[in-house]
Amino acid sequence: MSLQAPEARLSVTDDAEDVASSVRVAALRVALIGNPNCGKTALFNALTGARQKVANYAGVTVERKEGLAHRANGEPLRVLDLPGTYSLRARSPDEVITRDAALGRLQGETPPDVMICVADATNLRLVLRLVLELKQIGRPMVLALNMFDIAERQGWSIDLARLSRELDMPVVTTVATRRRGMDQLLDAVESVAGGAHEVPAWREPSAAELRTAHAEAERIRKTCIRPPSHPDTLTGRLDSVLLHPIAGVAILLTVLFLMFQAVFSWAQPPMDLIKAAFDHLSTLMTQAMPDGVLRSLICDGIISGVGSVLVFVPQIMILFLFIILLEDSGYMARAAFLMDKIMGGAGLHGRAFIPLLSSFACAIPGIMGARVIDNKRDRLTTILVAPLMTCSARIPVYTLIISAFIPNRAVWGFASLQGLVMFGLYATGILSALAVGFVVRKVFWRGATEPFLMELPAYKRPDAKNVAMGVLTRGKIFVKRAGTVILAMMIVVWFLSSVPGPPPGAVGPAIDYSFAGMIGHGLEPLLRPIGFTWQIAVALIPGMAAREVAVAALGTVYAVSGGEGATGPLAGVLHAHWSLATALALLAWYVFAPQCAATLGVIKRETNSWTWPTVTFFYMLALAYAAAFATYHIAQAFGA
Amino acid sequence: MHTVVRSSTNPRKSAPPTGAVVPLGHGARGLRGVVVQVGAQSASGPIAVLAEGELERRLLEIGFVEGAEVEILHEGMIGRDPIGVRLDDMRVALRRREADAVLVRVQGATAEAAE
Repeated sequence: MSLQAPEARLSVTDDAEDVASSVRVAALRVALIGNPNCGKTALFNALTGARQKVANYAGVTVERKEGLAHRANGEPLRVLDLPGTYSLRARSPDEVITRDAALGRLQGETPPDVMICVADATNLRLVLRLVLELKQIGRPMVLALNMFDIAERQGWSIDLARLSRELDMPVVTTVATRRRGMDQLLDAVESVAGGAHEVPAWREPSAAELRTAHAEAERIRKTCIRPPSHPDTLTGRLDSVLLHPIAGVAILLTVLFLMFQAVFSWAQPPMDLIKAAFDHLSTLMTQAMPDGVLRSLICDGIISGVGSVLVFVPQIMILFLFIILLEDSGYMARAAFLMDKIMGGAGLHGRAFIPLLSSFACAIPGIMGARVIDNKRDRLTTILVAPLMTCSARIPVYTLIISAFIPNRAVWGFASLQGLVMFGLYATGILSALAVGFVVRKVFWRGATEPFLMELPAYKRPDAKNVAMGVLTRGKIFVKRAGTVILAMMIVVWFLSSVPGPPPGAVGPAIDYSFAGMIGHGLEPLLRPIGFTWQIAVALIPGMAAREVAVAALGTVYAVSGGEGATGPLAGVLHAHWSLATALALLAWYVFAPQCAATLGVIKRETNSWTWPTVTFFYMLALAYAAAFATYHIAQAFGA
Repeated sequence: MHTVVRSSTNPRKSAPPTGAVVPLGHGARGLRGVVVQVGAQSASGPIAVLAEGELERRLLEIGFVEGAEVEILHEGMIGRDPIGVRLDDMRVALRRREADAVLVRVQGATAEAAE
């Protein structure tokens, strides 16, 4: 898309590279920096709107968010959102990025011209010290007092002119969620740009220097800011219930249970709609095209493949909706508090709860999110167990098998049996993750403990627009994967399952003669003891690319192998072909199996070593085989 | 230096008197006081993985600084650990083990502690 004059020569797209190349060299570079929970992301969204690009910093997996903001006169600025921090004394890889970007040391990154320090106007205590620390860098700075509406409502009295004088920088009040103060903020950025650039003189402060800086920050705070005479007690009142040793834990479990039920049932109507649309499309194409290889590729390979993956987008988005709501409301930190002792007992850090909860959506952001844990060993333990948490890519597999084999009836009047089986699978994943974490802690590194020290932010009403943007971004990332990697995989599977074709006069399904048939038959002896058929073996191979691909692969394998007759829904086909014991064994397999090359790849990147992905692969494979073996034989003993 | 009162067993049984200096990690819910020293050798022993002075700097960075007011608001379910602390006008969660590196002069206890 292109903008109107006078920037007609700028062609602005979603891509960071294009953002980089299309904007005149003169465009100011602005970096957002601030404490965690200060509304920095909301401010970034308000400044850049949809004109942002999420990527990674070169060589590391810290998320890099850059976008374009426009001043009232149309002049563009490049805005970089840096990870939240309390200090430039970086302790985690995320904070290293923030420090190096601020200092202009980051490879391949042009140093920012201006820094916007974002502060929660109701919680200025720690950010003032950060501002003092940032000032030492010598870059022009602006302080944005965000959430200023909440501060006013609570009765905070802030002497802006005095604060600006004390800090020697412009102070602008903003309400990011209502896009208030954006023009003033950008004007302030413009006004300080090009100011004296001293040589960055920052070094790690000692404890004594920290105390001095604290004292100075306190002095400024006391002279410029008067707290409300009636402090807001909402957070305190909520915490007395939500952090209650018993009620709080009960509420947390209820929230998690609600999450699973929602993913399972709210997503159903849109899923049915998507399914119907793809069926319709497939029918249309079948009618419109002559019989042949191309029709087979389009209908059996592409449409059915992509369709049976896209159909799970609603579930993924509902799950991320919950995760983002928990994060933005401030409840996530409470959950970490409540879980710390249990997690600690399993050798995990309370903070590991956050990446592990994210792993319910996908282990990849979860493993990357483990960067919030400062200590390397705690981080590594979290990374090792994260793939055991039930990621959303398992949902398609679970849903398919559950709907095919578990009767849909109510239990105790309110819960569905299918939902309960789903809950059981999630619980198995969680318990095994805790068990593995415990073993790792006891066997590999004993005694080492990382401090658990985190702010409990004030509760906030999540902003609908920011939540929607977060959910859409995650949905888009999933669809991109479905559209590229998975589509490519589906065509490979279709190719493997259709080529070579059966010899003339052959009896039996065509797939028996294909490459997939050969591979499946080759693996079958290894998988027979756990009850798997060769069709499952075939589906497991493309399932390495992503777990959900196995569903599409099963669809392809069975649609192809059954010839013209097998047109019914996949669940029905599976029900006809598998015993209950086989189905349960496959469920058990999927709880543990390292069926995701991307996860192993990201572990390699995060640990910078092939040791840990290898360890992960083999320990998970061993668990999966053992669990499926036990499940199959126990189920058979019960006559399933 | 401060004379540190350590009620090593159950902090609830013997609430420290006003004016006493106790490690924060030994306090019960409702304990109120003022931070008098940060970065004392943790009463639960040194924290193995942290470099010398690292815990002290982390505590300072999150706002545990001499003169700050603290109040223990919440205790975890298992072993009453970790604790949730009001620190001036913000809230911080930490484990008792780390909280022991913060010495607090007791200013009293709210009604909750007497439960």
